Amino acid sequence: MERSLAHIALFAALISVLGFLPRIDMVAGVPITFQSFGVMLAGAVLGARKGALAVLVFIGLLALGLPLLSGGANLWSVLYTPRIGYVLGFPVAAYVTGWLTQRLTALPLTFAAGVAAVGGGMIVLYTIGIPVAAYMNDLTLAETAAGAVAFLPGDMIKAIATGLVTGQLARMRPGVVQSRA
Amino acid sequence: MLTLTLPVETALHRVSAAAKLAGIAGLGVILGLTADPVLLAAVFAGLWLAYLPLGPVEAARLPRRLWLLWPFVLVIGGWHLVRGTPEAGLVVILRMLTMFGAATLMLLTTRFDALLAAFSSLLRPLERLGLPVNRIALALAMAVRFIPVLTQRASDLAEAWRARSARKARHRLLVPLAIAALDEADHAAEALRARSALV
Repeated sequence: MERSLAHIALFAALISVLGFLPRIDMVAGVPITFQSFGVMLAGAVLGARKGALAVLVFIGLLALGLPLLSGGANLWSVLYTPRIGYVLGFPVAAYVTGWLTQRLTALPLTFAAGVAAVGGGMIVLYTIGIPVAAYMNDLTLAETAAGAVAFLPGDMIKAIATGLVTGQLARMRPGVVQSRA
Repeated sequence: MLTLTLPVETALHRVSAAAKLAGIAGLGVILGLTADPVLLAAVFAGLWLAYLPLGPVEAARLPRRLWLLWPFVLVIGGWHLVRGTPEAGLVVILRMLTMFGAATLMLLTTRFDALLAAFSSLLRPLERLGLPVNRIALALAMAVRFIPVLTQRASDLAEAWRARSARKARHRLLVPLAIAALDEADHAAEALRARSALV
């Protein structure tokens, strides 16, 4: 019980800290941040339920006004920006990433976590994020989806990194990857 | 980094944190209900008035804070102009700027501990439905406490890397940082158990 709570809180802190890391601008206005990597990692390492709870704690901090989203925004300051769908999709993304990591037992952990991150952190996240962004921008789905293509390469790298980091964590601290415990 | 609250106490500092949380959530709903650019511009002007009690310096700083949003304004506004729907673009941008300004105002005038206490008391009625309010508050407080710890760890790791290599560390710090978080979690869990914090 204590261990679960501590893991949830610490991963919420980790996701926050990853937002402070310098961001790389692929195209102007399309920042590639490590924050969504933190979301994928929370799911892959903590599993579906705890991973989603860690992200919910992170969103709770944002709702309390802490400027933890990369770029120094909180939940309210992004409420009417195209980012809001992605932020609110984060817990679902972590849940699906964890769920897939737990299910893909036929694959070695590194591959399973990487594939799961593509499923949860990309496919599911875009499915939530793009329609919301289209609504917020008052643009069509096709126009918004075309804009989201700019994020694909960065997110692909993050999904691969999620697989590699999860695999290494399992080797360095056996038993810590709870999606496979 | 996280303490942006203005040190000078103003009238807005004395408004209760619960009222401000409810207010900002309410503003979020209201902004969604109207798509009239004149009305939205009026709300935005009203927001600027709310900055006045903070003094002329803070009020004058608002445009610079809003400047953070320029990529969104440029891309969304530009595209709406191109497709011939400038009014829709204006509505989108006004909502964005107003919400951002209001969020900053709350941050400038409210301490985090007051907000956390207000948040827990707002959730309290849901305890009957099985929501573990105390655990949620504890997890939020712990996460806040460990943000500076992990930030410090990240900069220590970066420094150690620079001492050893001329190359940039970048992604190589991700695994040690994640390990740091997991180890801190184990220590924190032991401390919680030792204090029977969750009983």
